[in-house]
Amino acid sequence: MSILVNRDTKVIVQGFTGKEGSFHAQQCIEYGTNILGGVTPGKGGALHLNKPVFNSVEEAVKATGAELSLIFVPPAFAANSIMEAADAGIRLVVCITEGIPVKDMIMVKQFLKNKQCSLIGPNCPGIITADEAKIGIMPGFVFKKGRIGLISKSGTLTYEAANQIVNAGFGISTAIGIGGDSIIGYSFIDLLELFEKDEQTDAMVMIGEIGGDLEIKAAEYINNNIKKPVVAFIAGQTAPKGKRMGHAGAIIAGSKGTAKEKIDALKKAGVRVADSAAEIGLSLNEIKHILKKK
Amino acid sequence: MNIHEYQAKQILKEYGVPVLDGYVASTTQEAVEAAKKLKSSVFVVKAQIHAGGRGKGGGVKIAKNFDEVYKYAKEILGMNLVTHQTGTKGKHVNLIYIESGAKIIKEFYFGITLDRILEKPVIMASAEGGVEIEKLAEETPEKIFKLVIDPLFGLQEFQARNLAYKLGFNNNQVKQFVKFALAVYEAYMQKDANLVEINPLALIEDDKLIALDAKMSFDDNALYRNLDVAKMRDLSEEDSAKIEAAKYSLNYIKLSGNVGCMVNGAGLAMATMDIIKHKGGEPANFLDVGGGASPETVAKGMQIILEDKNVKALFINIFGGIVRCDRIANGIIEATQNINIDVPVIVRLDGTNAEEAAELLKKSGIKQLISAQDLNEGAEKAVEIVKKS
Repeated sequence: MSILVNRDTKVIVQGFTGKEGSFHAQQCIEYGTNILGGVTPGKGGALHLNKPVFNSVEEAVKATGAELSLIFVPPAFAANSIMEAADAGIRLVVCITEGIPVKDMIMVKQFLKNKQCSLIGPNCPGIITADEAKIGIMPGFVFKKGRIGLISKSGTLTYEAANQIVNAGFGISTAIGIGGDSIIGYSFIDLLELFEKDEQTDAMVMIGEIGGDLEIKAAEYINNNIKKPVVAFIAGQTAPKGKRMGHAGAIIAGSKGTAKEKIDALKKAGVRVADSAAEIGLSLNEIKHILKKK
Repeated sequence: MNIHEYQAKQILKEYGVPVLDGYVASTTQEAVEAAKKLKSSVFVVKAQIHAGGRGKGGGVKIAKNFDEVYKYAKEILGMNLVTHQTGTKGKHVNLIYIESGAKIIKEFYFGITLDRILEKPVIMASAEGGVEIEKLAEETPEKIFKLVIDPLFGLQEFQARNLAYKLGFNNNQVKQFVKFALAVYEAYMQKDANLVEINPLALIEDDKLIALDAKMSFDDNALYRNLDVAKMRDLSEEDSAKIEAAKYSLNYIKLSGNVGCMVNGAGLAMATMDIIKHKGGEPANFLDVGGGASPETVAKGMQIILEDKNVKALFINIFGGIVRCDRIANGIIEATQNINIDVPVIVRLDGTNAEEAAELLKKSGIKQLISAQDLNEGAEKAVEIVKKS
């Protein structure tokens, strides 16, 4: 089933009736995602986009059997929404919201420790399993079906990468944007592990950037646990120190979190690292002798 | 968001952190009046800029009387202070802080920040104060004590006490340090700070611990609930182009090269700067027009980039998803009609409605516009043009 989501995955949307929530929920429904309803406190009982609206995630789960929640709630309330979803028994939360305070995310991560709930994001484009389910804001048409798993901290750079993967003659099994904040849910490692086990994925492409050490941890993990080939690109080689490059987490602190240190670690782990963002597709082509085309 | 030393001390004082008395001044007259209000025989005149290393740059002076306060205030106010953190251009000093002097016996380092790996706040402290923590971490990391805090329970007294003993304090100082550390942690958490740095934390005469310097920076995303902090923002410390850009939800960071870059999405924007460098050029800026790029924001972005006179070519790299490329193309065409564009503009539009966009740009007949098929071609063309000019 590729990883995490497929056409049968039962999805609800938190922040369903807002402008962003409405627009993207509609797009997801058109893509074929199994959206069963949404949550907006105070609007329970209404119909929106022809789907029921609930006052709470608990009610929504009871009525629909939802297992995944897609969150478009504004930043001041989003952390609370993630916790509500986890508490109601949702197994996977995808949080698109950008701008959640760091302190709120520290608390969310503590809260999730005692729940059977995983988190993608926040500040991310979401997750898509090509031709099956799009749970996020990415342009679905770019992600043509294939056997490459894509994991990225970025939004449009993910679309760029997917486009190159497709133009190189491959396609996407599942693509996940893990988000550009300092504190996020799923990291590269969690998803590499899932892709490694997935029968519909032959190789992985990971797109990282400056800041933090998730890419270094991933390199270590790849070295010890991953047998499928991995291609990577790290953005921010020209980023100055101490400046936040758009994403809240994209900052070189002191001399830590540079692109070079990440690229070196990945190369040492046997990962093919693209020299520029224009060579992600080319890099896959270089290892095509060990891959099947779509 | 960063604030000045005097503002950080104001916040910390509210939480019970001991600081010396002081007043902020913007003129020499105010400076002397401030000194007169202080019950002290020695004064410290400190430049207030958002950068460290002020002492070494000549921005901190010790005055022994009011005449010297006047003299140093005159010297420092309006000066262009260059430190290792300001860059070669330095920063203009608009404000000074006049503080009581104190006899320093020993200096310590104390800081709280987020440990991204552990996703918890971490306290760092050292008996080697007054020096740069980065340098200390590199050269003698064993001299820095780290204390990871469980965010659910906060800093516990025993943790602060144990840290105090490691730092070599006597029993009287330990008591003061515990109070100090708890207060700083409280301020750090409640005000959504990214960083609090007390460097130095000083042991002064009469066995007293005092926050001699203070630096705080805050989570921009939490300013909505810390309005008192938000009010402390000093726009004169920030890049005016960045502020102007932010009004249009554009994220702009000026760099020193000559290829302007306008991109949608932060990751792709960084990757675009990187590929310019990879092809042998130098990026002039980072500019993310955001996921919701519109014709208006594109036009504004072009204007901001072109105000930088180093820019010899502009590379527009948009991958259209939800945002349609034809709309962006219209924005570019509109901008070329409204603002004076005297450098070549290399346009790469890919994704949703890319073909319609290419058609629109071609039909427009604007001679500065050069279209590129993909990221590689766009970057190559931009660098080529700059090299020829």
